[in-house]
Amino acid sequence: MVVVVIGIIRAHNLFAVVILGGAYSFLLATVLVVLDAVDVAMTEAAVGAGMSTVLLLAVLHLTRTREAPLRHAPAIPLLVCLLTGSALVYATVDLPPFGLADNPQNQHVAPYYLENAEKETKSPNVVTAVLASYRGYDTLGEVTVIFTAGIGVLILLSRRRRRRRDLIVKDEGGSKHDA
Amino acid sequence: MMRDTVILRVVVKLLLPAILIFALYVQFHGDYGPGGGFQAGVAAAAAIILYGMVFGIDEARKVVPRSVVNTMIPLGVLIFAGTGVASLLLGENYLDYSPLGSKPVKGQHLGILVVEAGVFITVASTMLAIFYVFGGRADEADEKGGEG
Repeated sequence: MVVVVIGIIRAHNLFAVVILGGAYSFLLATVLVVLDAVDVAMTEAAVGAGMSTVLLLAVLHLTRTREAPLRHAPAIPLLVCLLTGSALVYATVDLPPFGLADNPQNQHVAPYYLENAEKETKSPNVVTAVLASYRGYDTLGEVTVIFTAGIGVLILLSRRRRRRRDLIVKDEGGSKHDA
Repeated sequence: MMRDTVILRVVVKLLLPAILIFALYVQFHGDYGPGGGFQAGVAAAAAIILYGMVFGIDEARKVVPRSVVNTMIPLGVLIFAGTGVASLLLGENYLDYSPLGSKPVKGQHLGILVVEAGVFITVASTMLAIFYVFGGRADEADEKGGEG
């Protein structure tokens, strides 16, 4: 993954950057599989590597594929990245050791879910049971977020086209119709 | 976009049913194995998007018209929220699926299936809608470039 990230930083061809981003997502998905989070891995592979790559390629089709030259020195962004990164690494020092049974996240509601999910919902995949039943509100919120995002993109992108079409119609007296 | 590549077209035609079946498998097997509405929705949308990329976006629009997509986006949310209202009407808490079946367990099972279907519909159609809009703009840019 480090190699891919360095490749993304070094590459000036945006097409290469998009493809490397997809490769990064697949690597991240394999890491998630190793961590036994298969559901998250599937989402990462489908959305991160599949959908975003396709959408970014569609965007590249609309713009140029060369990176624009930098207009200012990258010192401040670099500083912000380093500060945030070091703060995150500092925070991981306080995390409990990975995978221990008496960690806080394994002590709270997780045992209840693991013991009762199959009994109460007949769904051997506890992740689905938690997502759809015990935490139904959260999932409803997520679906609403996707819904809102989709509607927002539709409104933004279709309105501009309509305005342009209005202009064309106005300019040429309605003689031209582009399907 | 890539209408002249024979190999691509044949391979995509072979792959499409497999992808769609896999999406449905992920959807309905989500209770037993990894997956669920979200992953299945993206997989199903990916199948249509692949078709659109290889055969042209207009062909994809013939398979799944934009009006259908635009209806499906709110439909999924309504199914999800409506399940909650249904359990409210049956005298339980919002989004508590127990009263939907003859036994609480069956109700929960049915509720999860219905809710996952709602997630699937919204996710798949949103992905498709975004792809249609972006792809439509790309086609427009092509036309403009061709004219100018």
